[in-house]
Amino acid sequence: MSESPSPSAPPQPSLWQIFRVFLVMGATSLGGGVVGYLRTGLVVRQRWLDDVTFVELLSISQTLPGLNATNMSILVGDRLRGGRGALLAMFGMCLPGATLMIAAAYAYGVGGDDPWSKAFLRGIAAGAVGLILVVMVQLGAKVLKTLPDYVFVLATAAAVAGFGVQVPYALVVAGAVAIWWHRPRDRQGTK
Amino acid sequence: MKQLGDIAGVFAYLSLLTVGGGMAAFPELKTLSVDTFHWITFPELLHFYSLGQLAPGPNMMMVAAIGATVAGLPGAAVALIAFFLPTGLLTFGVGRLWTHLATWRWRPAIQVGLGSVAVGLVLAGAIIMGRGALTDFLYAGLAVVVFVLLLKTRINPAYPIVASGLIGLLAHWLEYAPTI
Repeated sequence: MSESPSPSAPPQPSLWQIFRVFLVMGATSLGGGVVGYLRTGLVVRQRWLDDVTFVELLSISQTLPGLNATNMSILVGDRLRGGRGALLAMFGMCLPGATLMIAAAYAYGVGGDDPWSKAFLRGIAAGAVGLILVVMVQLGAKVLKTLPDYVFVLATAAAVAGFGVQVPYALVVAGAVAIWWHRPRDRQGTK
Repeated sequence: MKQLGDIAGVFAYLSLLTVGGGMAAFPELKTLSVDTFHWITFPELLHFYSLGQLAPGPNMMMVAAIGATVAGLPGAAVALIAFFLPTGLLTFGVGRLWTHLATWRWRPAIQVGLGSVAVGLVLAGAIIMGRGALTDFLYAGLAVVVFVLLLKTRINPAYPIVASGLIGLLAHWLEYAPTI
């Protein structure tokens, strides 16, 4: 606690430090849940952000398309060192996982047809479905407040998975209805 | 060259659908990479996606694996850039405007409204993935166990997913024959 908690003077780490810190987070955030690793790295260890700013940037990341991990890297990098900071933060975050997945693709090309590999991959695909459902429940716990919200969820899922509606149409139509449903009502008639 | 163009187009398009996370783009990812362009088979897509959950960092680095399968290292690079550049620029721009939007009256409506649609898209992705991955009771049971475990405990998700793979190996060793 050597620094005073003044949000007006953000820290100025070097570009190399930004790259290094995000590279470490990109390499160690195993098993999803990157948000937890980001908070530990950025708020607790480096003290580049306070918790209030972290939550605010996270809410931008979650509203916009794009993955939370990369969106957060861009927003934090930009706050610390502008555009170059954003680029290096995102690059560091993606580099380890991308390298591993490219290596995995080559290994798969060589040994993917082996029945043992197939048995293993079959198992992790089943486990991954469980993980996705947990992510969905956690996301839902934050945003689903009233009965109509659940109707929007089921209508969107049924349209896409049941009737094969293309995601962009579902996104635009269901999104427009849902946003209209939650429209600001305090000052009716003004735009 | 045409292939790299296709990769760029597909992943740039998918990038904009990732509202609420990478899974929201899964239905279109399946349609385009499996049914339209025949880059990979549906089981291969499931394998890459699940392996991607085990890799560190953002959970959609599997786009690099698809790119590499289609067109080697240039394919991987194009897939990554196409998948992260459009939303990256959008986030960069909106991040700078955000303070001006803080008091915008429609902001909470957009946040809550898109939130419920995002949950629906993730559910759709899980259903489509489940149709391919949960082909019998053993694998459906595995998904349920992983779901309950991750919901009730704070265990790192990598462990139960690797354990699922080991159970898959065990089933193969025991010559367990999936019903489908």
